[in-house]
Amino acid sequence: MIKQIFVDGLWVKNPALVQLLGLCPLLAVTGSVVNALGLGLATLVVIVGSNIAVSLIRSYVPDTIRLPAFVMIIASLVTCAELLMQAYAFELYQIISLFVSLIVTNCAILGRAEGFARKNTVWLSALDGLFMGIGFLFVLVFLGAMREVLGHGTLFDGMELLLGPAAADLKIVVFEDYTSFIFAILPPGAFIGLGLIIAFKNLVDNQIEERKKRFATKVVAGAKRVRVTNA
Amino acid sequence: MSDDLDNKIDTQNTDETTEKQDLTVKQSIFRNAVGLALFAFFTAGLIGITQIATKQRIEQNVKAFQQQSLLALMQEGLIDNDLLEDQHDFTQGKFINLELLNIDPKSKAKYFLGFKNGQIKSIILPVTAPDGYTGNIDMLCAISPNGDVLGVRVIEHKETPGLGDKIDIKKDDWITDFNGKNLDNIRWNVTNDGGDFDAFTGATITPRAVVKSIKRALDFYELNKSVFLSHTQIIKPTAVLTSQLIQE
Repeated sequence: MIKQIFVDGLWVKNPALVQLLGLCPLLAVTGSVVNALGLGLATLVVIVGSNIAVSLIRSYVPDTIRLPAFVMIIASLVTCAELLMQAYAFELYQIISLFVSLIVTNCAILGRAEGFARKNTVWLSALDGLFMGIGFLFVLVFLGAMREVLGHGTLFDGMELLLGPAAADLKIVVFEDYTSFIFAILPPGAFIGLGLIIAFKNLVDNQIEERKKRFATKVVAGAKRVRVTNA
Repeated sequence: MSDDLDNKIDTQNTDETTEKQDLTVKQSIFRNAVGLALFAFFTAGLIGITQIATKQRIEQNVKAFQQQSLLALMQEGLIDNDLLEDQHDFTQGKFINLELLNIDPKSKAKYFLGFKNGQIKSIILPVTAPDGYTGNIDMLCAISPNGDVLGVRVIEHKETPGLGDKIDIKKDDWITDFNGKNLDNIRWNVTNDGGDFDAFTGATITPRAVVKSIKRALDFYELNKSVFLSHTQIIKPTAVLTSQLIQE
């Protein structure tokens, strides 16, 4: 069960790559790793918090008002995350503030509340939120890294905004004297970057599927669907 | 397997719905309203607690950030007062040709005065370039009493990333070209228009707008010099003193 949630969040049902939810912040803040990491962490905190809260109240909330109640939980958690960010990562907040408030409208969070936390125990819901959040964070950071390297020729630039002054040394100059590739920094670069990541994921999935098929036909002739994930 | 997880307790939910249908409409509206109100109460409480806990830190951050961005406009040690204490409104009728600065009258933009040992050293003016490539460019410009530019910083802009955004000090040090310039010692135009300021490859409109606006800010200062220089330093009773009084 836990393994299933883990695989779902990070790969099989990855909110950004498979469910394609929360694309607005995903595309908007992935210009650099630090922006992506900042928003990814904020989203992670909110999704875990909202899943726990929704799961805790799941048997008390009447079906008819569950959506407004969920939205209220998410909105208040986002406001808290925003305040905390203003207090502890002010400079980063200045850059991505607009998208932090937009976490409220990230369908991935309401989707998990409605699709999972409403029907499962607190422990499982927290795990689901954690892995879904991490899945989202990974895609954000990966896309951010891709765009930062292509666009600016650097990696981890400005990490001190998030992790304090000591992190300023993390900056890696990948290409010296790089003339910036503007396309990667602009929104179309984000779309194409995400498209490439999704294409890569599908490629890997197809290959796994094919290997399974070959394996399955050998063992049981005529079987149409065989699950080997738990084997 | 995962599909099973997602639909697991759906049967239970249908049980609940039939149960609820037994209630009258009034009752169910009432129950839902009370439920939502309770919710609003708890969530608002959570926000309230976080706000109280972070309020002081956020205020400090905002203030420090403002101070830093103002101090960055001039050499270190040029002034010794708290710029945020010495901020002033553009009172109606006090200045002539205020439109040179192009500031939005609704924005409540202020100017700041820097002093050292009670002597005025720097005048910080807000100035907006209305003719950027994509909208307004808001800037701060520090001017010395005799009309030299001490420093310019772009506060807000929407110029194209990678092209026009080189006016931002985080991207390029082009903006420091203004340091030490005054109305007489340089031609106030970009090179393409026969001036002395470099334009960026691929973006002429942005630097042109910035150069013109800074020139206008200098013009404005020359016209209103006497008003600015008549200011004396605001000396507030120190906060330490007042807090001591309360304790006693």
